[in-house]
Amino acid sequence: MSYWAHFRVWRGDSEKGELVDYPAEVNEGEVVLDIIHRLQQTEAQDLAVRWNCKAGKCGSCSMEINGRPRLACMTRMNTFAEDEVVTVTPLRTFPVIRDLVTDVSFNYTKAREIPSFAPPEGVEPGEYRMQQVDVERSQEFRKCIECYLCQNTCHVVRDHEENKEAFAGPRYLMRIAELDMHPLDSADRQTAAQDEHGLGYCNITKCCTEVCPEHIKITDNALIPLKERVVDRKYDPVVWLGNKLFRRGEPANKNR
Amino acid sequence: MSEMTSAQQQNHAVDDRDVEIHDYDVVVIGAGGAGLRAAIEARAQGKRTAIISKSLFGKAHTVMAEGGCAAAMGNVNPNDNWRVHFGDTMRGGKFLNNWRMAELHAKEAPDRVWEMETYGALFDRTKDGKISQRNFGGHTYPRLAHVGDRTGLELIRTLQQKIVSLQQEDFKATGDYESNIRVFHETTITDLFKADGAIAGCFGYFRSTGRFVRFNAPAIVLATGGVGKSYSVTSNSWEYTGDGHALALRAGATLINMEFLQFHPTGMVWPPSVKGILVTESVRGDGGVLRNSEGKRFMFDYIADVFKDLYATSEEEADRWYTDPDNNRRPPELLPRDEVARAINSEVKAGRGTPHGGVFLDVSTRLKPEEILKRLPSMHHQFKELADVDITKEPMEVGPTCHYVMGGVEVDPDTGMSRVPGLFAAGECSGGMHGSNRLGGNSLSDLLVFGRRCGLGASEYVDGLAGRRPAVIESDAEAAVDRALLPFSSATEGGENPFVVHLELQKTMHELVGIIRKADEMEMALKKLEDIATRTRTVAVEGDRKFNPNWHLALDLRNMLLVSMCVAKAALERQESRGGHTRDDFPVMDADWRHVLLVLEALGEDNVELTRKEQIPMRPDLLDIFEMDELKKYFTGEELGGHRADQGERA
Repeated sequence: MSYWAHFRVWRGDSEKGELVDYPAEVNEGEVVLDIIHRLQQTEAQDLAVRWNCKAGKCGSCSMEINGRPRLACMTRMNTFAEDEVVTVTPLRTFPVIRDLVTDVSFNYTKAREIPSFAPPEGVEPGEYRMQQVDVERSQEFRKCIECYLCQNTCHVVRDHEENKEAFAGPRYLMRIAELDMHPLDSADRQTAAQDEHGLGYCNITKCCTEVCPEHIKITDNALIPLKERVVDRKYDPVVWLGNKLFRRGEPANKNR
Repeated sequence: MSEMTSAQQQNHAVDDRDVEIHDYDVVVIGAGGAGLRAAIEARAQGKRTAIISKSLFGKAHTVMAEGGCAAAMGNVNPNDNWRVHFGDTMRGGKFLNNWRMAELHAKEAPDRVWEMETYGALFDRTKDGKISQRNFGGHTYPRLAHVGDRTGLELIRTLQQKIVSLQQEDFKATGDYESNIRVFHETTITDLFKADGAIAGCFGYFRSTGRFVRFNAPAIVLATGGVGKSYSVTSNSWEYTGDGHALALRAGATLINMEFLQFHPTGMVWPPSVKGILVTESVRGDGGVLRNSEGKRFMFDYIADVFKDLYATSEEEADRWYTDPDNNRRPPELLPRDEVARAINSEVKAGRGTPHGGVFLDVSTRLKPEEILKRLPSMHHQFKELADVDITKEPMEVGPTCHYVMGGVEVDPDTGMSRVPGLFAAGECSGGMHGSNRLGGNSLSDLLVFGRRCGLGASEYVDGLAGRRPAVIESDAEAAVDRALLPFSSATEGGENPFVVHLELQKTMHELVGIIRKADEMEMALKKLEDIATRTRTVAVEGDRKFNPNWHLALDLRNMLLVSMCVAKAALERQESRGGHTRDDFPVMDADWRHVLLVLEALGEDNVELTRKEQIPMRPDLLDIFEMDELKKYFTGEELGGHRADQGERA
């Protein structure tokens, strides 16, 4: 049942690199990451790759397989024809460290710029009460395994280094939406989403949703609703008046 | 993340001995649940804290925990309380547990879970808006706080985000996110340093550049997880190479309970490339049943005497339990993991296994498809994508997989400190809490309870030093550099590929010190390990130091080897079957072994020495939580003098 596949793997570092051809044995049920491991054990012992759980739960083995951003552990070899060349390259949006490993620190920098959960005042630990239906919206976004495939694929930054400064990327705009929809979060997040984290750059092409291995509806359920809230806010005369009267006054209710 | 920048600037020559040096109050090695919770506590106590993560921040093995976090909050069944949880934990561990740890764990777990909500965690809810709790093997009441079947991910993300929030606070105060708590990700520690018998610091390398790094610190918390990568079929990731266990041994600390390894009953068995990947116990907690190839629910045939009163004896009673748990006994599919794993093993051996050598786990005939998708979404996803199996329509094939090591660093229960001053351990790499077998759900709660306690213990220890910090001895630091570079110099002398030696080690442990053990096989394993030790010393690597997996494995191999020796030696010594230790030649549990701990310490660079030690007798008020009849199944007569029944008779 096994066969020999033709793998083409990008080898190199931040300065130089090239695609290297490898013949690789493939057995029934295997995924791309299995083949990479086999190469490490045979003819490419120092081939660098990130991986952890090998079960689609940790989001470490993100790479581009035949040009598509994928998790190598969830890409079955039987999705390719036996004579098809399988080309494996590092994520394009982030600088290469070595071979298939990229420097993803952009994402950690952006994560740190999003204000954290603001616990409700006067509610003691153990006293939090929330309805299942209310937590479910944010729970969908908390399924995120931080594989950064959405960050990698988003055209706002994919070939536009210059936008990285102003744009948090789908993963972190979704984080803002998650906190905004958290039933007990007490911070106001909508204005900052637009003004500080670049929500306006997103023109809802849904590329992020398409590559999400967790099938989170990033665009439909996080980004579009967040955009709507920002717009409601901007053009709501009561809010406008409130802001005038109290300067940066926080609305009494979170707009949800 | 500034080491990333240096990654791009510097390309280190293979023999570059340059070392980057940092000073901290507390260094936490490991960034899973235990490590992150310890770091949060140390920082809360005002300590400058470093977190060292072998992977990227947020990728820890904790994400693999699916079912939930056990805490007797009593949200679903108000009869639950810490005493019941304590009792279940001791029973699950066959009373070999460190009772003080089990007590602290049961008492503090609810507070630790509630605290997670203040950090932003979103658990599934009950109808009245509280944290929902689910049933699990060995737990009397629904007790596991959960988020579908991805609870570990929720915990790790919540702790990660809490650390970010602390960094944001520090940024506001100092202008530097990393002024008080910094994550050194993709960094591996290879040596601990001592001076005058106490911890002075540690040494390692940045994986991305291969550059060496040293931390001068008086307190180190080990939170490195388990040892599963010494086995061929495991649910564990590449990181689980027993680093903390081995670092502790080499620093002079002791390990206990290393003979007890948990083989989770339900790992995937097909396709071969995913063999061992975990199938959550929630499948059974939510109604899934185990059947053999004849279609029989075989678990009814495997209820051990000690559990006879607690588990249903007919399918009808078992099925009634899901809706009426107060008046029916629980299904035997929910026996503790060691019992279920052995039963599956026996069925397969008896020729009643599935085509791929497992048994059937079926939830498709038990729950509606939409219910399965709601409660077990990641299992559905995992089987669909990796095995072409739709669990809403057909059964899964499952079999035992090496999952968790009960053994670990012997620590003081209250502070988490080992016998080496300044060296602490929490989570899977510590030993005692779970006895001979861990209950599902008790791991996530263990992380939070003892992670916090270690952070606190380390901080108090640092305060107690009053500024008199041990200084790293320079010759030790030089020796650490030599050791780390050894696989490169071996290359010129024609050493072996570390992957080959690793596979040999895994095969040895899997076949000879696996789920069912025999004296002659373990003696053979120990001989093979001696041979592997020689080969490990001379493994050679190709390439340079930049993100070179070959070099990383060569260094990890030392740890796996030392830990495997501990497992094999202790397993050979213990002549009984108990929890995660099953002897074919000594199939019965023996009360005379319950109070004996097998203690391991390092003997030179790659050998270990075993001694026996008596357990501290359980406090009488804790003994009183159990009925005398039950205790008699586990304890020798003279150990039970302090029990209320005995006192009553005397009065």
